[in-house]
Amino acid sequence: MDYFLQQLINGLTLGSIYGLIAIGYTMVYGIIGMVNFAHGDVFMLAAFIALILFLALTQLLGVGSLGLALLIVLVLGMALTSLWGWVIERLAYRPLRGSFRLAPLISAIGMSIFLSNFVQLVQGPRNKSLEPILSNVLVIPVGSGSITLAEKQLLIMVVTAVLLAVLWYVVRHTPLGRAQRACEQDRKMASLLGVDVDRTVSLTFIMGAALASVAGLLWMTYYGVVSFSDGFVPGVKAFTAAVLGGIGSLPGAVLGGLLIGLIETFWSAYFTIDYKDVAAFSILAIVLIFLPSGLLGRPDVEKV
Amino acid sequence: MGKAGDAFKSALLAALVTLGLAFPIVALRTDTNLSNQLVLTERWGLTFILAAVVGAGVFLLTLVRPVLAARATPKVSSRTAAPPHPFRRYLPRIGLALLIAFPLIASGIAAAGGPGALKLLDNYGIQILTYVLLGWGLNIVVGLAGLLDLGYVAFYAVGAYSSALLTKTFGLSFWLALPLAGILAAFWGLLIGFPVLRLRGDYLAIVTLAFAEIVRLVLINWVPVTGGYAGLSSIPKPTLFGYSLGSEPGGIPSLIGLPPSPVYRLAFMYYLLLALALFTYWVTQKLRSLPVGRAWEAMREDEIACRSLGINTVTTKLSAFATGAFFGGLAGAFFSAHQSFVSPKSFEFMESAVIVAIVVLGGLGSAVGVAIAAVVMIGGTELLRELDALKAVFGNDFDPAQYRMLLFGLAMVLLMIWRPKGLISTREPTVRLKPQPARGAPSFPSAAE
Amino acid sequence: MRWLAQPLLTVDHLSMRFGGLVAVNDLSFTVGRGDITALIGPNGAGKTTVFNCITGFYKPTSGRLALAHGGTVAPKAVDALTRSDQRRTHGATPELFLLERMPDHAIASEARVARTFQNIRLFAGMTVLENLIVAQHKTLMKASGFSLGGLLGLSKYRAAERKAFELAKAWLEVVGLIDRADDPAGDLPYGAQRRLEIARAMCTNPVLLCLDEPAAGLNNKESAELTRLLRGIREQTGVSILLIEHDMSVVMDISDHVVVIEYGVKIADDTAASVKNDPKVIAAYLGVDDDEVALSTGGGPP
Repeated sequence: MDYFLQQLINGLTLGSIYGLIAIGYTMVYGIIGMVNFAHGDVFMLAAFIALILFLALTQLLGVGSLGLALLIVLVLGMALTSLWGWVIERLAYRPLRGSFRLAPLISAIGMSIFLSNFVQLVQGPRNKSLEPILSNVLVIPVGSGSITLAEKQLLIMVVTAVLLAVLWYVVRHTPLGRAQRACEQDRKMASLLGVDVDRTVSLTFIMGAALASVAGLLWMTYYGVVSFSDGFVPGVKAFTAAVLGGIGSLPGAVLGGLLIGLIETFWSAYFTIDYKDVAAFSILAIVLIFLPSGLLGRPDVEKV
Repeated sequence: MGKAGDAFKSALLAALVTLGLAFPIVALRTDTNLSNQLVLTERWGLTFILAAVVGAGVFLLTLVRPVLAARATPKVSSRTAAPPHPFRRYLPRIGLALLIAFPLIASGIAAAGGPGALKLLDNYGIQILTYVLLGWGLNIVVGLAGLLDLGYVAFYAVGAYSSALLTKTFGLSFWLALPLAGILAAFWGLLIGFPVLRLRGDYLAIVTLAFAEIVRLVLINWVPVTGGYAGLSSIPKPTLFGYSLGSEPGGIPSLIGLPPSPVYRLAFMYYLLLALALFTYWVTQKLRSLPVGRAWEAMREDEIACRSLGINTVTTKLSAFATGAFFGGLAGAFFSAHQSFVSPKSFEFMESAVIVAIVVLGGLGSAVGVAIAAVVMIGGTELLRELDALKAVFGNDFDPAQYRMLLFGLAMVLLMIWRPKGLISTREPTVRLKPQPARGAPSFPSAAE
Repeated sequence: MRWLAQPLLTVDHLSMRFGGLVAVNDLSFTVGRGDITALIGPNGAGKTTVFNCITGFYKPTSGRLALAHGGTVAPKAVDALTRSDQRRTHGATPELFLLERMPDHAIASEARVARTFQNIRLFAGMTVLENLIVAQHKTLMKASGFSLGGLLGLSKYRAAERKAFELAKAWLEVVGLIDRADDPAGDLPYGAQRRLEIARAMCTNPVLLCLDEPAAGLNNKESAELTRLLRGIREQTGVSILLIEHDMSVVMDISDHVVVIEYGVKIADDTAASVKNDPKVIAAYLGVDDDEVALSTGGGPP
């Protein structure tokens, strides 16, 4: 029982991170119908930015308080990653909007290759590992045994929950959210009614990148290690999460993220760690085949 | 404000944005010190140079662009195909002649003091041609049938591993293993294709990607059969009628009295690959004007209309998937025989991405375009390895090979923006009512795309 | 009243629901062999949904769609087939098909129901001629020995291809597009695209041709041409035509039989002349759109 609960906590932690990345995929897909293949690499880049900012604050500027340092990294990292998100959309995707349907996807794959090699070039190919932070654990007795909850796990879950609440508010109750939802329904009509579509799409990419940035920071805190090639697998898993939840649906992305995190953790815990990625990829395939609109997505009626 | 003023403003903005992007990822480099701790190296100079270069670039571009736009002739709709430029018509023939003569040319360059013939044949000839073969195989799936397959490398892997196992473990001849590898890959194409081909567009892309990753992970983890990360080595080299092609005594070169050199085997492999590629080309061109090929193209244009005309799109898709997989399997069998070594490292997602990029950049459905894209993208990035001269400019730490994939990715983005429909976007009809005026009788390989 | 005496297609209690929305509700009508039948109704009445059910793009929620080749089938035989789990009778004449049990491509290739689309669906990047060759896929595929024979260049396939080519050419003559045979279909003007789509459907050799708003977007002259074309097709080939149309001048001009539906329910089913004066029909159109009533009564506002 305690083993199960422990895995549950681990799975939810990992799932929170996947969920944050998945939102970036789902929002962009919802608004311009494209799989932003480079999003996983934006997440990887964000993890690097978080790592460097953290080191700069603690080593170069001598910020002593861990909480303060993390807060600065969070805010500054979001701003810097958002800039990347904005520039990528501007340069690589916007010129291709309304073009031949494979063009944006190919451009995104190119961007993904560029980003991971760019980071490899400027930061070197080796794994970067940080000494563990926030590793104090709370021990909670359960029945005969006990489970542990690390501070960083708590941090990840709390940060994710707060961000989701903010995001939910933005999408539901602000003019920006309304514009986004309008563009999702019908971009042409929205623009005829005075919605600035370009700006809305830009802001969507910025929001996606900002959330990926938080995911990057949390990943860095949780695992303490990152490499230039870390964009691909978490990226595909987060995309899986978005599809599992129903692409285009925000709560779906989070739900999907949590499920993928749980499945992966339990698979590793109870079966074999070797095939944990096979499990995630198989779920992607199975969901798409049997439940193409995902758990919370709208069914897609073929227009004839 | 004048033009220069506007240009200056955008240049300043670009430089500032670049600064923002470069901080901190470029400005502060993380390195591990001796006590295994991460430390930062500051590189502010580099950061500012980068921003200045981008700013200057944008400045020039903003000034030059209106001039270029004014000079550009009005664009002709890509559909209304103007009669192809004479050069375009002869391009395939010139290309074929060059391909056949390439081993001789390579020997000539080597004799004239250039890079060695082995290196030219292997790094340029065989590598580029492998991608041409893969590109032509995938072109059936993506270019003709319009199914975006991001997991093509899975079939390449199936071909490579099955041929390796068949020749090494079961002692089959390469010449038997080659078609079997193709057939096995096609079989896997059917197996994977059956459940996923109902999906549309991007979903199909992601599921094929997932399947390819599953295949790779199985190759890694199924150690008793695949050798895991270490892969399979000492795969027998192909022989010709039982005679080796190496320079050892008893091999064909020594039997006909040639001086010992490893180049013969390589040249032989090159011609084998060329034959496979031309076979793929021939089959594809032939299939295009058969009902199944026309149905593929029709499906790319409008799937619903196809169904209304009685075309079973599921079997049609499967046939495209399996045919593409078959050629991927052939390429894989060639690869394992040529390298005499296979490992999961050769079948990562990046390979699929590169092949898809070649197909899309070449122009969907255009065999000639795909070949050109393979030469440009693979040859171009391969050339980068050679540019050691740049060390004189950038200092000794400069390693041009590091920029290979970086520039590859960048080129994908830029080429897509420049030509979203690919290098060759005109389509040659498979049948005409009136024969084209001023066109020679089509001979193999014809100018058809 | 050929639609009662010699029905080609019998639509029986057809219903189609999307979630909570009932698009077609318990609709029954017949399409007479050799007739031109019009299915009309205000926007959103469910006409295209009926088409999509007949051509297999939607699976009906309930109901039966029985199509008979080569003669009228006794209701008993239809019931017998319905009770079995078969979707068609084999070999017998007349041959019977239950369309609701068949996938879309089989409805086109076996039951020989062809269709066009409201927003034209041509293979825009392929040439006009290729569009018509693709339509003969099934015949050619068989002749090519499922590609193997074709790959080897067998003469049987070449003969079949020549025949397909001649059929395509004949249809291009009929719709007046022979001069544009080698142009990409997407480059044709709108009216020509509509004609090409009809020719393409006819190249599948159908017994029933379903046209979804063939006159939409055509000017008066083009509509008149279309009317002539459809009459000609019926006379030359004997194909039965079922069409959805908003242009009442076209409907009243060529239809032998008009079925009117509103909110998925049939409100009238008779000859063009009697439907035109049916008060229910006039009310249905009045409630929606004045112009269409004006057209249906063939003059100015009533």
